Amino acid sequence: MLDATEGYITEDGRKIGGVVMEMKNITLRFGGVVAIKDISFDIREGEIRAIIGPNGAGKSSMLNVISGFYNPQEGEVWYQGQKRPPMKPFEVAQQGIARTFQNIALFEGMTVLDNVMTGRIRQMKSGLFAQAFWKGKAEQEETKNRAFVEKIIDFLEIQHIRKTPVGRLPYGLKKRVELARALAAEPSILLLDEPMAGMNVEEKEDMSRFVLDVNDEFGTTIVLIEHDMGVVMDLSDRVVVMDYGQKIGDGSPDEVRSNQAVIDAYLGVAHE
Amino acid sequence: MPETLVFAMEVFLNGLMAGVLYALVALGFVLIYKASGIFNYAQGVMALFSAMTLVGIMNGQVPFAHLINATFGTDLHYFGWNVPALLAILLTVVVMIGLAWAVNQIIFRHLVNQEPIILFMATIGLAYFLEGFGDIMWGADIKKLDVGLPQGINEAIDEATFQIFDYGFFIDNLDIVATIIAAALVFALIVFAQYSKQGRAMRAVADDHQAALSVGISLNFIWVMVWSLAGFVALVAGIMWGTKSGVQFSLSLIALKALPVLMLGGFTSIPGAIVGGLIIGVGEKLFEFCFGIGQCFGGFINLGGATELWFAYVLALIFLVFRPQGLFGEKIIERV
Repeated sequence: MLDATEGYITEDGRKIGGVVMEMKNITLRFGGVVAIKDISFDIREGEIRAIIGPNGAGKSSMLNVISGFYNPQEGEVWYQGQKRPPMKPFEVAQQGIARTFQNIALFEGMTVLDNVMTGRIRQMKSGLFAQAFWKGKAEQEETKNRAFVEKIIDFLEIQHIRKTPVGRLPYGLKKRVELARALAAEPSILLLDEPMAGMNVEEKEDMSRFVLDVNDEFGTTIVLIEHDMGVVMDLSDRVVVMDYGQKIGDGSPDEVRSNQAVIDAYLGVAHE
Repeated sequence: MPETLVFAMEVFLNGLMAGVLYALVALGFVLIYKASGIFNYAQGVMALFSAMTLVGIMNGQVPFAHLINATFGTDLHYFGWNVPALLAILLTVVVMIGLAWAVNQIIFRHLVNQEPIILFMATIGLAYFLEGFGDIMWGADIKKLDVGLPQGINEAIDEATFQIFDYGFFIDNLDIVATIIAAALVFALIVFAQYSKQGRAMRAVADDHQAALSVGISLNFIWVMVWSLAGFVALVAGIMWGTKSGVQFSLSLIALKALPVLMLGGFTSIPGAIVGGLIIGVGEKLFEFCFGIGQCFGGFINLGGATELWFAYVLALIFLVFRPQGLFGEKIIERV
């Protein structure tokens, strides 16, 4: 096992740091249904951590626990060395955890640029009055943040649709805009809920490239949920496998691939 | 120039200015509707309440005087001081922000994700409550409001038009001031909504709650902010109408005039509220002039007056049939 504070170097030479977030014995119930049952795992700085599993395994619920949309009945979430009290989603976001949604949650009526700018809210500190009267500091801040946003927009190659209202964009581009908005927050952890769902092969390849580039260029820690086994194995450093709300595997892609419980879950062996 | 045309011009100008005041009320509706999907029936009562509060503070009235006197057998009515208008307006703004906070905390925070009709019913309840609360707090008598805005006929326009048309236009100074203030307010609101962080957050919340939460926007903060803004707009409308016709119950009914304005302009558009207000204002005055009292086409049609009472609603009805989203509203298309 790895030490919590020390990192390691990946095969392709990227440096992975210490543990930035740790989930300890998380249990989440909806009435009588147990969505997540006693799951623990950690997330290291700078890595791409995947959560995989068949439909209904509780992957999205797990992501919702991390982002504060659900508060688990049991267990603890540790973030940057501190135990996190129950929080509202917007408070979690302000702590630097950004996310995307499986079924895309964008501001359809706003332009791409405005959508991405909302991602900067965490960085914009000037108060209501300064903003309302549009004075010095607020203006400087707007300019500075705008510059950063333009960088992200360039990076994700969506310059050509900057001024287009998001509602008019095709699905694949919407996904990319959502990623841009999450990135604009300069998150310490980026949560991606099925970033490639519903995409064709070409779009999937594009998205995979962006995920890798983001991790490489900004050193962003990424937690991603994905259905497509092939994609996951190529992208991620470590993988958590869930089935029926339980953790059945955790480790490098190769370790997970050769894990009998994982193979059974994916090939549909009857549960005993 | 024929006499009728000159009269019509005067009517047109007066209509424009009445329209600005309608637009001001409609604006309060649009703000809340855009950010929270709530159609706030209480907007008119908020205007009444804010105007009552302003008068009460300016005159140094003891709030809940009747209640206190009845309970403790005292005879309090006035503190015996007068608060200058500007300070009183500031204090009223504080009261309206407090009201916004209370409304969100007590009512709408608990109704998130409810059907629009339920939210609407809640605002009807709020309207009746606020009306009674205002009466208990400040008394139900008709009050005079004078914050020092100029009133009466504008001599300069009167003389200038007399030189040209041989007939002096009657334009009220108050209407001119109201127009300028409303225009400034609208401009400020548009700039705020489009270019500030909070304005952007406001539009974000209006668009998608989940997404707004995920970028770190507090829904409660935005809702309180929007209700405060609506309260402020209500105060401005309350000052204008209150100065014009006294602070009294009928002030709350201007909200009903804002309805056709919204149907014309669209419920979600700030510029729409302005244009809608102007069209209704000018439309009803000109219609009254031409057909209500039969001044056009040689009295070809003469409906015997009082068309102002219904013109706006009929116009709104026609719009509902042919363009239900209004002039500027977003067309609602559901993807299947």
